[in-house]
Amino acid sequence: MPGEPLIYGRGLVKQFGTVRAVDSIDFAVERGEAFGFLGPNGAGKSSTMRMIACVSPRTSGDLSVLGLDPDRDGARIRGRIGVVPQEDSLDLELTVRENLYVYGRYFDLPRSELRPRIEQLLRFAQLTERGDDRVEPLSGGMKRRLTIARSLINEPELLLLDEPTTGLDPQARHALWDRLYRLKSQGVTLVLTTHYMDEAEQLCDRLVVMDRGTVAAEGSPQGLIGRYCTREVVELRFGPGESERHADKVADIPERIEVLPDRLLLYTDQGDATVEAVQRRALAPVSVLVRRATLEDVFLRLTGRQLVD
Amino acid sequence: MSGERATLALRVVPPAVLGFGRGRRLIERNLLVARRTWWVPLSGIAEPVFYLLSIGIGIGKLVTSIPGPHHSLIPYAPYVAPALLASSAMNGAVYECTFNVYFKLKYAKIYDAVLATPMGAADVARGEVVYAMLRGTAYAAIFVVMMAALGDIRSAWAVFALPAAVMIGLAFSAVGMAATTYMRGWTDFDMVQLALLPMFLFSTTFYPLSTYPRWLQVVVELTPLYHGVSLTRSLTLGYVGVGDVGHAAYLVAMGAVGLAVASRRIRTLLLR
Amino acid sequence: MATPPALRATQYFLLAYRRTWRASIMSTFVSPLLYLLAMGVGLGSFVNKGGGAASLGHMGYLQFVAPGLAAANAATAAAGESTFPVMGGIKWTRTYFAMLATPLRVVDVLAGHLTWIGARVAMAVAPYLIVMAAFGVTPSPEAAAVLPAGILVGMAFSTPLVAFAATQDNDGSFSLVFRLGMIPLFLFSGVFFPVSVLPVGLRVIAYATPLWHGVELCRLLTLGRLGAASAAVHAGYLVALAVVGAVIASRTYTRRLRT
Repeated sequence: MPGEPLIYGRGLVKQFGTVRAVDSIDFAVERGEAFGFLGPNGAGKSSTMRMIACVSPRTSGDLSVLGLDPDRDGARIRGRIGVVPQEDSLDLELTVRENLYVYGRYFDLPRSELRPRIEQLLRFAQLTERGDDRVEPLSGGMKRRLTIARSLINEPELLLLDEPTTGLDPQARHALWDRLYRLKSQGVTLVLTTHYMDEAEQLCDRLVVMDRGTVAAEGSPQGLIGRYCTREVVELRFGPGESERHADKVADIPERIEVLPDRLLLYTDQGDATVEAVQRRALAPVSVLVRRATLEDVFLRLTGRQLVD
Repeated sequence: MSGERATLALRVVPPAVLGFGRGRRLIERNLLVARRTWWVPLSGIAEPVFYLLSIGIGIGKLVTSIPGPHHSLIPYAPYVAPALLASSAMNGAVYECTFNVYFKLKYAKIYDAVLATPMGAADVARGEVVYAMLRGTAYAAIFVVMMAALGDIRSAWAVFALPAAVMIGLAFSAVGMAATTYMRGWTDFDMVQLALLPMFLFSTTFYPLSTYPRWLQVVVELTPLYHGVSLTRSLTLGYVGVGDVGHAAYLVAMGAVGLAVASRRIRTLLLR
Repeated sequence: MATPPALRATQYFLLAYRRTWRASIMSTFVSPLLYLLAMGVGLGSFVNKGGGAASLGHMGYLQFVAPGLAAANAATAAAGESTFPVMGGIKWTRTYFAMLATPLRVVDVLAGHLTWIGARVAMAVAPYLIVMAAFGVTPSPEAAAVLPAGILVGMAFSTPLVAFAATQDNDGSFSLVFRLGMIPLFLFSGVFFPVSVLPVGLRVIAYATPLWHGVELCRLLTLGRLGAASAAVHAGYLVALAVVGAVIASRTYTRRLRT
């Protein structure tokens, strides 16, 4: 039905024993958009993705995927979506080409249909030359591309990517982003989780920031920066443990100040003016850096700096 | 309609014809893997054949005859051969459905990928169990031919020894698969040995039940391999009776229960 | 005093074993007992009743089969410890490389692992001695020497196998070693029946196998009938095999680990 979101969650809960991994979240993903779940480890991103992928039954709340109920129509939904899991689950005992073939057979796709599609996906993943090689010796980037190619074997309307570029080198990440743009321009709806802020800014039209199982904020990357952060950040670097001494001297200058052991972060809309003001106070920072605020600042503001394991 | 519930029931209760449905896609995958290293599964037949030869040309010289079914007196090799057929069906099935399935479950993460597709937990269980049965059937067929060549077959009933071996394979692979889903680490596999070795040695494989005191006879009669051995022995020696229906029923029931437990467990393990 | 380098490597295996020893109780203690009961006592009752005893040189079947099983268990334990754990050290846990990042040399790693394998073999043989004594089939005090003899059998299997394992890229070939190597040796090397009942062609092959020499060595020791000549032949063969294996292993280890 037109107008109905492709994925729709309301009051969605996932409980493991006494732990609420996902604690009543609301979200909607429209057809054709790229939607991100952002959050630190343990925020509930992967649990949410697994519920959408129909491999994890929800504890309570509403969830509809492609207009269907995962509890009732799991197999039908899975037949129409593609999944790129957090860890590659490639079949190491098979070749690159066989991986695509076997996976396609799991979808009950006929051989005749699979043959041309496999060649097309190998080209898409830039793996045509490695088609008959075993998967094991491939590089991390190649394996990731193959996993994405595999997730496209059933020509899905919706692609779920759980931390698609974690652990890849910069070249491999950019190559992957390029493939994802292409899919998006072809009309595939992308839903991804990430904790790389540049990735979220690059890829997502809209995203939610998750923290401890709940949605902390929702919006476009630029909108979130506007709402939760200033335009620019001035970083004053001092020797280890020295920054705290200087904090009081400049605290009145920016809109907000954050004190880290070796740095002061001054959140401001006018970076250069702030730097001038700081210089008048006769501090001697080791270095001064003015930069644009990023989603990372929003993220840290919303989810805090504590390490979550 | 409560679709998923209905399909769940259908998925858990093994359909009359096993391996039909999506489970056969997993069989296709396993065959593709086996094709590359065909000699590894093929060499699995060597062990029971070596045992058969060793009994025939070695121990058979020391044990001239042994009391068989219905107070018969039987040369040693034809007595032991059907038991070796049964225990090799057991070993093959258990090996495939414990070590191999555990590796796929915990390390290769094969099923995580499978379950992201329209395939379900029961398809996985059924696919693996049927694959193990197919492999076991191939071994059993070779073994039966070897038995015939060595003159260890003494009745036309022996044509049913192959289906009997398949039944043993089904029972043990289903229960093996169910047990595998409870394993916490490789060291737990010593429990598998703890179950298999005594069965192999004491389920009337090498000598009759009458060797034991009565209480031990009862224990032996409860073990699944005893029923497998009794069934194959009746068939290849030609002493088929009503009791053999009971042996077969025991094995089929064991397979059905094992398969149901395995499907449910894979569901709780992977579809969390 | 400093621990010798090789023993420092051995320590690793000992520590790793401390976490899994409970599970190996099965293979070490229970299975010897089960085999002795099933074959020695159960099957033995039919051997002794029939005419079989004559070809055994008029000893009970349990008496015959127990030392054979001890030797076979030593060989099997050695083979298990000399294949998969070697592949683990090279590829899975890469323990060997962790050791080589310290002052340990390749020979230390090899010697340390072989020492550990020797200890594991001793653990596999000792229960047989205890069970045999309990069944009263160790008439001679020399029977205690089955323990070092068993370790010798183990090392004769271990050194060639670690040499081979270090050349392999995956564990696929190991199942062939067991299925086509260890199993037929177990079944045809005089453990369950005297090699003399075999057809002449097979008999010659059996005499050439290391397990037959090991079985004979252990059997003659339990009976207290080991003469100097047969001791020299059997033990000499096994020592030679262990030494040649160790020399080859030091080469294959060096080639594999120094990259």
